[in-house]
Amino acid sequence: MERSLRGRVAVIGVGETEYYKHGQSPDPEFKLALKAIIAACEDAGISPKQVDGFASYSNDRSDPSRLAAALGIDDLRFANMQWGGGGGGGSGAIGNAAAAIATGMADCVIVFRALAQGQFGRFGQGPRRNVIAGDTAHTVPYGLMSAAQMFAMKVQRFMHDHGVEQPALRAISLASYHHAQNNPRAVMHGRPLTEEKYDNSRWIVEPFHLFDCCLENDGAAAMVLVSAERAAEVGHKPCYLLGAVSGSHHRAGASVHNAPDYATSAFKTVAPRLYDMAGVGPGDVDVLQSYENFTGGVLMSIVEHGFCEPDGCNEFFVKDNLVAPEGKLPTNTSGGNLAECYMHGLGLNIEAVRQVRGASTSQVPEVDVSMVISGPMVTPVSCCIFGSEATL
Amino acid sequence: MSYLNPGLPKPVPAPDGLDAPFWEAAAEGVLKLQRCNACGRWQWGPEWICHHCLSDDVTFEAVAPEGRIYSYERVWHPVHPALKEQGPYLIVLVEFPDHDNVRIVGNLLGDPEQEVTIGAPVRAVFEHHPDDEPPHTLIHWTTASD
Repeated sequence: MERSLRGRVAVIGVGETEYYKHGQSPDPEFKLALKAIIAACEDAGISPKQVDGFASYSNDRSDPSRLAAALGIDDLRFANMQWGGGGGGGSGAIGNAAAAIATGMADCVIVFRALAQGQFGRFGQGPRRNVIAGDTAHTVPYGLMSAAQMFAMKVQRFMHDHGVEQPALRAISLASYHHAQNNPRAVMHGRPLTEEKYDNSRWIVEPFHLFDCCLENDGAAAMVLVSAERAAEVGHKPCYLLGAVSGSHHRAGASVHNAPDYATSAFKTVAPRLYDMAGVGPGDVDVLQSYENFTGGVLMSIVEHGFCEPDGCNEFFVKDNLVAPEGKLPTNTSGGNLAECYMHGLGLNIEAVRQVRGASTSQVPEVDVSMVISGPMVTPVSCCIFGSEATL
Repeated sequence: MSYLNPGLPKPVPAPDGLDAPFWEAAAEGVLKLQRCNACGRWQWGPEWICHHCLSDDVTFEAVAPEGRIYSYERVWHPVHPALKEQGPYLIVLVEFPDHDNVRIVGNLLGDPEQEVTIGAPVRAVFEHHPDDEPPHTLIHWTTASD
């Protein structure tokens, strides 16, 4: 039997809460999770009581047993957490859910992520204590303590090695903000970005300006996955999973910035496995959602997924190439983590499904192959490809 | 004198003792990195076993406090209250070409707005804080030759 997820599982429903600036959700995190799950089930046309599994990532705090109790689910069969921080597990959690369905461990699995930073504290802040021990004792006392600071070091080296210039990063941010202006759900809807505004924005940590950095938001997102057979009985245009993989390269997790291959999005070994499972190549991808923790991560991800040569970034990364509907590689068509909402990237997976359904606010014509790259520069990372019925 | 304004968390050895020899050596003005006695490989951060040959016969060995800049970043936005009045500062990732290219993190002394060259040779400058609670030492870097 072929060991692949290709075409065996489909997304039949997606749901999101309203997206808020960090700390501004009127609801606590667990209630946000419930709202997104119920919305996804409504979209799928099923009762939440038919759900029998949950998969999440990044140490989500909404425990599956508590969710199952709150939703009155009779028979919880799958409760799964993808290890690793940041958004590296977004597509990995989808892969885990799909694997459970494909192997008969569960029938109807919710993939979700919920965040209420007002309730639980913000990401981009350093630790407030007198002493620090372990791996971070070798970085924090030198003022290296936020995600931006962790990843700027990698991006700086990549830009040095390949002569990448600042406008290449800027183009990624401009594309996300461009798409957010079409998307009324986006936190940055109505707040367009220009080259001048980007250039004049303050440095966070070189080479990242303010607009190279993701938002921090409150909200929740969820999707419903079932077998391809069951999906065929549902009303929506089905969105099939063609592949989902995760992992990272040799000693990617070596501490104190010691990964031997350092200046990388961590997808060099992962991306080929995705294409192999999905049975497509970069030339087949109609639209891309590429996780923007920071624009430099998007740039390296796109290179490592074979869309652009490392030494060709200055030519490839121009706004016109990245915007829907006519760009060479329409990217982050909802506004993404920079301008729609930072829901640890699950919103990107939802946008990828919308593109297959033909329901994006920046729709690319005739999308058959819709790809998501989750959480570059962490470990493990993950990525997935969705496809229309025509791809099966 | 300290490079960064005081108030950041101070480094202490891990409770399990893994990196204690590094910090003890730093307090004496010596840079030690981890090496495998079985196969001779260097590795950093410290691990309980050698990632190459899997021996648990790993030790900490003094190295010349000289390396070269592998990457760097100039930080502008403070993410800790102690750095609110700091202004920009430089963090360097220093590699040791003679020791299997392992790397450590420190600050680059001098003008925070200086031009930084990847590949430039640097040497260590130990910043001791014997009177702090707890006492600790930070290892910084300079491009100056003396």
